[in-house]
Amino acid sequence: VDIAWFVVLSGFIFCIGAGGVLTRRNPLVVLLCLELMLNAGNLALIAFARMHGGHDGQVFALIVMVIAACEVVVGLGIIVAMYRRRLPIDVDEMSELRG
Amino acid sequence: LSATTYGWLILVFPLAGILVVSFGWRLLPGRLPGWIASGAIFGSFLASLGALAELDERAHVDSAFTYAATADFEAELSILVDPLSVFMCLVVSGVSFLIHVYSVAYMWSDRGYARYFAYLNYFVFSMLLLVLAANFVLLIVGWAFVGAASYLLISFWYRRGTATYAGIKAFVMNVIGDAGLVVAAFLLLNETGSLDYAGVFAGAEESLGRNDGTLVAACLLILVGAFAKSAQLPLHTWLPDAMEGPTPVSALIHAATMVTAGVYLIARTFPLFELAPAAADVSAIIGALTLLFAATVALAVTDLKRIIAYSTISQIGYMVLGVSVAAYGAGLFHLMTHAFFKALLFMGAGSVIGAMAGRQDIDGMGGFRRAMPFTFVTFTVGALALAGFPLMSGFFSKDEILAFTLNRGGGYVVLGVVGYLAAFLTAFYAFRMVFRAFFGEPVPEARELEQGHLAHHDPANPMTGEPEDTDVGFPGPEHHVAEREWPMKAAMGILAALAVVGGVVGIPAMTDTLEHFLEPTFEESRFHETVPSEGAEWAGLAVGGLVAIAGIGLAWFAYLRTPGWTGRLRERFAPVHDFLVHKWYFDELYDALFVRPWAAAGQFGRSVIETELVQGVITGGATGLVRAGSSVARAIQTGYLRAYALLLLAGVGGLGLYFLIASS
Repeated sequence: VDIAWFVVLSGFIFCIGAGGVLTRRNPLVVLLCLELMLNAGNLALIAFARMHGGHDGQVFALIVMVIAACEVVVGLGIIVAMYRRRLPIDVDEMSELRG
Repeated sequence: LSATTYGWLILVFPLAGILVVSFGWRLLPGRLPGWIASGAIFGSFLASLGALAELDERAHVDSAFTYAATADFEAELSILVDPLSVFMCLVVSGVSFLIHVYSVAYMWSDRGYARYFAYLNYFVFSMLLLVLAANFVLLIVGWAFVGAASYLLISFWYRRGTATYAGIKAFVMNVIGDAGLVVAAFLLLNETGSLDYAGVFAGAEESLGRNDGTLVAACLLILVGAFAKSAQLPLHTWLPDAMEGPTPVSALIHAATMVTAGVYLIARTFPLFELAPAAADVSAIIGALTLLFAATVALAVTDLKRIIAYSTISQIGYMVLGVSVAAYGAGLFHLMTHAFFKALLFMGAGSVIGAMAGRQDIDGMGGFRRAMPFTFVTFTVGALALAGFPLMSGFFSKDEILAFTLNRGGGYVVLGVVGYLAAFLTAFYAFRMVFRAFFGEPVPEARELEQGHLAHHDPANPMTGEPEDTDVGFPGPEHHVAEREWPMKAAMGILAALAVVGGVVGIPAMTDTLEHFLEPTFEESRFHETVPSEGAEWAGLAVGGLVAIAGIGLAWFAYLRTPGWTGRLRERFAPVHDFLVHKWYFDELYDALFVRPWAAAGQFGRSVIETELVQGVITGGATGLVRAGSSVARAIQTGYLRAYALLLLAGVGGLGLYFLIASS
């Protein structure tokens, strides 16, 4: 299969994720969309690794997965804490860091 | 023990006294702090006697450690033990001891008893350091220390506003002198490459010509230091105000010892002044002017202590005149006798002020002769010595200075004549005090004392009349008179005896002990052989005696024979009297020249520079700039997560686009 298909698919998924992050207000969905963006990146890395016939891209993809796992842990932890404190589940309401 | 060991011992005793009294004041009961302090000074006196016994022809120098060492020279922490310094140590520690003993009783009811003695010991230590120093470094240290001690003791009653003001005034004046002395030391170091007395004198002799410009400048700067410390024109205004301190302090610091430091300094640096006769002449002229000026003011002021203060300024003028015309022995002789009789006069004044329950104005005094016989006799002895009555100590010393001055001939004769004129005034004002305070109709306080109890008034500031309390920071509730306190009596008795017989060490052509004793220090002087003939000295003594008797006689005529006479005189010559009462308007002049412009400049600085420029433009401008910048930065920080994400994406996208375009 031509590499272009993989890259186009990856870009497509990335744009879906980015659009979700920018438009959705529910933090859970934002996290999901972030996950989409990361995996789009992974897809591109692996596709290029296959094209070059090397291992570097695959190793990078593994590291990105680890980071994605960590990020999900922290992000879900924050969301659970918000539920416990009965805060509104809305990223636009969480604007205390306003300058 | 060698002479220098004794020299160190002289310093160690008062230092130990300071530490014991200032750290142990809580544990020391009753009058013990006073006796410990007195004992420390007595130890110094004994050590001075030891140094005297060990003294020989040469000057002993001993260094404790090297204070600073550079390629070219070393500044040592060294002391010099020679006849001059031993003489000064004897006078300082001896008179200080008696004044300590006097203070044990006089200050007894004061709440700051131990603090007082710690300060007093600190003063004596500083003064001894000053006279024992073997180089300019240590001299300046001692010089500044005595200024600080003087400040502490003038402001001893620190809740009294006039006293703190006087302390500040004295300190500022003294610092002017310190600055002069420091600059003089720099000049000498630059020219001679040394700070030791011996090195400076040798270097100046070698490399600088007679009346060399730099040398004259250095000598004049030394004189600034000497005149500030010794209260000579035009830096004298602090000394009369220094009378705000306790009376024994006036006796010790502002009459007997500290104010004579300038005389000591001129005598110590005599080789420089002989190389720069122009500076010595300036010094002699200022000494003569000062002695006349102060004597005239002493005629008019009515505060008992201030009369004696002006008398001190005047007598130091004699000493400065003496050491400036190369009559070193005579100048120092007068320094010694003056220490005796002036300390005695202050002690007597303290006793009278005690009887007056703190009041100092002689207009309110009178008739204490019967109530205070001991004070009367000793005070009169002091006044006789001050007036130069024949055979008293002041008679020999003052006339020796004038004989040496006249002997120099030329313009110096004028200075000598001024000296005799002032001697007449001296006799007059000395007995003005005696006749006003002890003769005439007894005042109520004197009557009360005759009946056996001491007068009491509501405590008040003697200068302004403001009411005070008697707690810490103000004079204590009780007053003490010599008649009732044996330590005061003992100190005054010994000083009275010394004031009478102190002259025997300098009777011309008969004893001259002091001059022979000081000879090793001053034999290098080029005026060593220039001494007045015996006949001239005796003629001078005769004139001096007649002048003194005439002055006393006039005082008797003015105050006892025709009591209203001075009042009529004052009315007829009201402008002259005003001029004298206002001390020749020196304070007003300085106020107009320095204090007011400085205060106005400060006011200008506060209202314009500080509030407008610093607060408004600099501080306000800087904060305004930061605020404007930060408001822009704040606007970006919206707090909306999605806005941040958009910015992030836009940034990364922008970068990607840029590289794409750049690489194609």
